Amino acid sequence: MTEARRRPKGADLLLHLALTLTAALMVAPFAWQLLTAFKTTAEASQAPPTFWPADPTGDAFATFFDSVPVWSQFTVSAAALALRVAGQLAVAALAGYAFARLRFPGRTVLFGLFIAMLMVPSQLFLIGQFELIRDLKLLDTVPALAIPGMFSAFGIFLMRQAFMSIPPAYEEAARLDGAGPLRTFRTVMLPMVRPTLGALAVLTSLYSWNDLLWPLIVSPRGDNRPLTVGLSGLQGQYGTDYPTLMAGALVASLPLIVIFLVLQRQFFNGIASSGLKG
Amino acid sequence: MTARAARPPARRRRAGGLGPSPLWGYAMIAPAFIGLAALYLWPFLKTFAKSFMDTPAFGPGTWTGLDNYTGLLGDGDFWDAFANSGVYTGILLLGVPAAVVLAAMIQQISRGRAVYRVLFFLPVVTLPVAVSMVWRFIYNGDFGLLNWALSLVGVPGQYWVADDTYAIYAIGAVGIWMSLGVNLIILGAGLQAIPPELYEASAMDGAGRVRQFLRITLPLLSPSVFLVTVLTVISALQMFDLVFVMLRSVDNTALDGSKTIVYLFYEKAFVQFDQGYGAAIAVVLLLVIMLATLLQFRLQRRWVFYD
Repeated sequence: MTEARRRPKGADLLLHLALTLTAALMVAPFAWQLLTAFKTTAEASQAPPTFWPADPTGDAFATFFDSVPVWSQFTVSAAALALRVAGQLAVAALAGYAFARLRFPGRTVLFGLFIAMLMVPSQLFLIGQFELIRDLKLLDTVPALAIPGMFSAFGIFLMRQAFMSIPPAYEEAARLDGAGPLRTFRTVMLPMVRPTLGALAVLTSLYSWNDLLWPLIVSPRGDNRPLTVGLSGLQGQYGTDYPTLMAGALVASLPLIVIFLVLQRQFFNGIASSGLKG
Repeated sequence: MTARAARPPARRRRAGGLGPSPLWGYAMIAPAFIGLAALYLWPFLKTFAKSFMDTPAFGPGTWTGLDNYTGLLGDGDFWDAFANSGVYTGILLLGVPAAVVLAAMIQQISRGRAVYRVLFFLPVVTLPVAVSMVWRFIYNGDFGLLNWALSLVGVPGQYWVADDTYAIYAIGAVGIWMSLGVNLIILGAGLQAIPPELYEASAMDGAGRVRQFLRITLPLLSPSVFLVTVLTVISALQMFDLVFVMLRSVDNTALDGSKTIVYLFYEKAFVQFDQGYGAAIAVVLLLVIMLATLLQFRLQRRWVFYD
């Protein structure tokens, strides 16, 4: 900050100019998507393209809602997300706390085993996960979408780091008051790692909402497909009807963009503390 | 148990042990352990085993030793996919220096950092499927925005995603666009950790902006740059969505020349149901990722600065 103040105004202006231009490039595809969604198919397929819709219409949205079961797929996406986030938080918080604070034989070996999982690309698990879900007769169900994502070495690692940063004095105070391990965990420790829980929740939401490959695999019949699969199928149907595709892409992305705008800090904290991408 | 009970209580408390029994620890990791064992460890071992088997779509498989792997070596599709993933990874690595410069620029400005971070992060939180559709439209050879923009400066347009000469590069550009936001956050956290006094001291010595960037920012940021590089390689080698949505259509011949390793894996294991062969592809991918990561850790000694 101090150096920014000392610098001549001109340099700051130049930086802003360069950043604004880059940001404009980054946002341009979104702007183009929005503009196209309100055009007619004929107008969107013109060369050279028009900028503003000549005759703004909501037809593309109507076509999208008519051809994709948006509401039911939205419900599937949302239900899978809720289940996955709830499961992930519970599993990761419990295990993270145990690894950070409890002593039991084999702790280091088990934790090492969990962390080793982080290195393996997710594709190696897919065949076995698919078979397990199939054998449990869960194909084409919402839990099938959510279950594998509830368990992640990454979540456990994140929570363990958070619990380790809390001074042990808090637990000792609770213990002196006669609280058992479970109560100490729930009433003393859990509230203190709320920011990390928030970060883990938003990152898990992001992965869950955006996932494509796993839903494609576990919904072979097409019942209970999330929005990602519905949207990718739209392309086969309306390959060149770009306004409809853009409208669909907009509607399907919007929920998570809104969540992001509201919970920016959790997103950024989650990414910065973990450094992990999808 | 008896040994534990014999310990003086004071020592137990100092060691941070919670309850009288380690069973609490086992109970609390039990859900995670069961889930990870059933859904990750066991599937991993199974996939590994399958990679040495011939697996018909129905019925049990038979052991065939290294047949799947020798099959891969002679499979042109596999080598093509390998090359495509390599090219894609290379392109995404070009995005790392761009992210470093942008992160440093954002760090320099006194106002509006949050706005830029949000704008750059938008592609990260947008459905990859949706993103792919938008870019497919922009890349359209007949009426796409890119060809129109290029025509303004006199560059001839191309069928970017319908021509396998360009498809993987076109997808790589989208990959950079999508990953920039995450990289900026990680690098931004690294920049925050550099003590401002260093800049003040060097400014007093008369160092200019560029020199400060080269002499202070880059060395002190190098651990973050290393992290971003490692993560970029790992995720780029696993790219699937962009190919699936941008190239897969009934009449797109560009797909054949632009498949990535994971796309080929998906096709073999879940479309053609040749799981043994698919498993072998996945195991090779694991080896490639491990080698690439190991190599980077080896090389880091030459350029990453730890104090």
